[in-house]
Amino acid sequence: MGGRPEPVTRPSKIFGWAALFAVALLVIVPVLALLSKAGTGGGGALFWPAIRFTLLQASLSALISVALAVPLAKALARRRFTGRRLMISLLGAPFILPSIVAVFGLLAIWGRGGVFSDLLAMADLGPLDIYGLKGVLLAHVFFNLPLATRLLLQGWQAVPAEHFRLATQLDLGRPARFRLFDLPILRSTVPTALLLVFMLAMSSFAVALALGGGPKASTIELAIYQALRFEFDLAGAARLAIVQLLIGLTAAALAFRLGRGAVFGGSLHIGYHEESRQIWPRLLDGVVIVAAALFIGLPLLAILLNGLNGLLTGLPPGLFGALKTSLIVALTSTLLALGLVLLLIHLINSVQGGGRIELFVMLLMATSPFVIGTGLFILLNPFVSPFALALPITALVNAALALPLMLRILRPAMQRAERDYGQLADTLGLSGWSRFRWLTWPQIRPELGFATGLAAALSMGDLGVITLFAPPDTQTLPLLMYRLMGSYRMDAAAGVALILLASSFALFYLFDKGGRHA
Amino acid sequence: MKNILFAAALSLPFGGVMAQNLPELNVYTYDSFVTDWGPGPKIKAAFEAECTCTLNFIAAGDGAALLSRLRLEGARSKADIALGLDNSLMEQARALGLFAPLAAPPQELNLPVAWQDDTFMPYDWGYLAFVYDNTRLQDVPDSFTALAASDLDIIIQDPRSSTPGLGLALWVKAAYGDQASGIWADLADNIVTVTKGWSEAYGMFLNGEADMVLSYTTSPAYHLIAEGDNSKSAAAFIEGHYLQIEVAAKLANSPESELADRFLAFITSDAFQSIIPETNWMYPVTDTPLPEGFASLITPKPVSGDLTPSATAKSAVVEEWVAALSQ
Repeated sequence: MGGRPEPVTRPSKIFGWAALFAVALLVIVPVLALLSKAGTGGGGALFWPAIRFTLLQASLSALISVALAVPLAKALARRRFTGRRLMISLLGAPFILPSIVAVFGLLAIWGRGGVFSDLLAMADLGPLDIYGLKGVLLAHVFFNLPLATRLLLQGWQAVPAEHFRLATQLDLGRPARFRLFDLPILRSTVPTALLLVFMLAMSSFAVALALGGGPKASTIELAIYQALRFEFDLAGAARLAIVQLLIGLTAAALAFRLGRGAVFGGSLHIGYHEESRQIWPRLLDGVVIVAAALFIGLPLLAILLNGLNGLLTGLPPGLFGALKTSLIVALTSTLLALGLVLLLIHLINSVQGGGRIELFVMLLMATSPFVIGTGLFILLNPFVSPFALALPITALVNAALALPLMLRILRPAMQRAERDYGQLADTLGLSGWSRFRWLTWPQIRPELGFATGLAAALSMGDLGVITLFAPPDTQTLPLLMYRLMGSYRMDAAAGVALILLASSFALFYLFDKGGRHA
Repeated sequence: MKNILFAAALSLPFGGVMAQNLPELNVYTYDSFVTDWGPGPKIKAAFEAECTCTLNFIAAGDGAALLSRLRLEGARSKADIALGLDNSLMEQARALGLFAPLAAPPQELNLPVAWQDDTFMPYDWGYLAFVYDNTRLQDVPDSFTALAASDLDIIIQDPRSSTPGLGLALWVKAAYGDQASGIWADLADNIVTVTKGWSEAYGMFLNGEADMVLSYTTSPAYHLIAEGDNSKSAAAFIEGHYLQIEVAAKLANSPESELADRFLAFITSDAFQSIIPETNWMYPVTDTPLPEGFASLITPKPVSGDLTPSATAKSAVVEEWVAALSQ
């Protein structure tokens, strides 16, 4: 919490409480709705192994993703090269891939029938075997390393250029620089990055199963799905959902305790840019950047080639309708998420115990889309046809799932803006909307672009609740893709996957770039 | 605010469709049934040509998702017909008490087993089987024990999230009874991975991730007929194969009861049955002629065992499966 509370006008606070109420509605109410139904009990013999495996893979995914993101983010922060901006944008791509598409992209490179296995076969060596925990981690690092890198990169980019210049003039050595810059930056960004990756990996299910090699790789999310779909044990599913929420709550509380905001003071020239003339650090950064580009780029290239191949066989019917629906849902949910997150940040900054509110919002990441979907279905069905509300509900749930990410990206930026320019704005008597327009908005534009871009792209690729609510003649791109796969049309599905990737990425890129060219 | 406007905007096109004044029949089914290559569009056209009605197919995920959808909606369901449950889901579906008895139970069906049911109308059937690439695999196993003894890689689906996955667990149980657990332990080193659903598994197999994949005896017919590719075959197992019979039934609360009866009767017509093989890639339930490519398929015997297991029996089989593969 940064210093003194901002001047807050009463109505915006009321809207803030309303936004919080909406969050509570999605975190708590569906679980209660399920709990109220009869059930035989939770998960049986699989309960503990599932919790153990979920904790193990989510913790390792978070640690590895963030550990690798540190050198990558630092290299990207201090080097300038052609294609740097493009690479930073492309870092958004894996994160927004539907899980099944990412699995096929990864297998095209790392699988038994993949590029590396083919190369090994030429040398008369057996194929790579990635299945098991290592496969799960490979996929989760592929998804989350880029996200972690972007989060860390923001930390370095928030440091005023003057500081680095001063450090150079004072001829500060490596340890001093580390203590003055890297350490506070890492302390302010690493806990959040760890937390977000942990939460994202925790709710993984199809990926963990497909690459995990068997039931040993069962997550809590799978147990929830089984309870809902196969056993129709709603109360059992609710109990599992509560366990997942508790784990999420613990992780978030831990991360919040560890995290400290870095204070570097205001500047007009933000951005770490240190072209060291020493050869070894430069070479090392180069290796890190190239390795990361290959790790992230090769599976994406495989998806691209596969998709082009699929599109050559013709566009599947219903493609444009699905594209349109997906875009409408994505843009609606982005607007909704943006409104909600700004109101929530406003509320968090202006009440006592705002940190607890933030903690509560983070719980959205630990909710299961199946539980939210089923819970809402049970609640709505007595009153309205769920079909009629399919798209609004999908947009709302997608918005809610993007909220924690947006919150963690935007809030530090808004605190920074307030800290650096708050006094000036007070002197000028800026408050309410004009304060947001003239003080906050210009300062948080890059973060706002990144956060809304993520929200839009995430919503594009989501297949969570739409499956429960989809009316007869409405389908989204992910739904179309799954339906094609289910009818043997793997090539056509790969084509749709490419369109999905391209359109999600275009949305992300537009928002992200729009933010950065302030 | 925005989403209310959005809901209003969304409901306009539906209002338009309703205004045609024809009686409507809502059929809940699974996803692949309604795609442009699935049976849905053709069956809709064929039935609407004779019913003076509007037939709506509404997709609800897979067969298990369809059942859970009906459960969630209960008596308020908009469905007149549920089409896409199968014999492994039938007893759970029956226990819901949502279905009405058939007005005219089918007389003679062309099924590999004797069939008698007063509620569920079979509309197609098929056998589970391991599918392989015959240009790469010569030594094809002819039983689960041979498969377990081989060093072949297979991809299967998880019985907790997939209908064929559940079918496989029931298949091994039916064939081996008390020894099922041992068979799974022996198969463990053959299993490359277990996927959430059929699509992932089949896609991974096509991309060369394994020698064999759990699918249907009819899968090779798809490649042969739709792609002119005869490189896929299904392995015949001496234990017999797990039989999947897909069924439809009428909801007791249907306001279009008579129209629903007509649709259920239409299922055994040539018009309906002749569409099935090349769109749903399953066998018709009548002796309607099969497309040419089907002649090359293996025609195994059904494995003997409980065709319609109870929920408890299924849970036990799934738990045994998980335990055996978690060692």
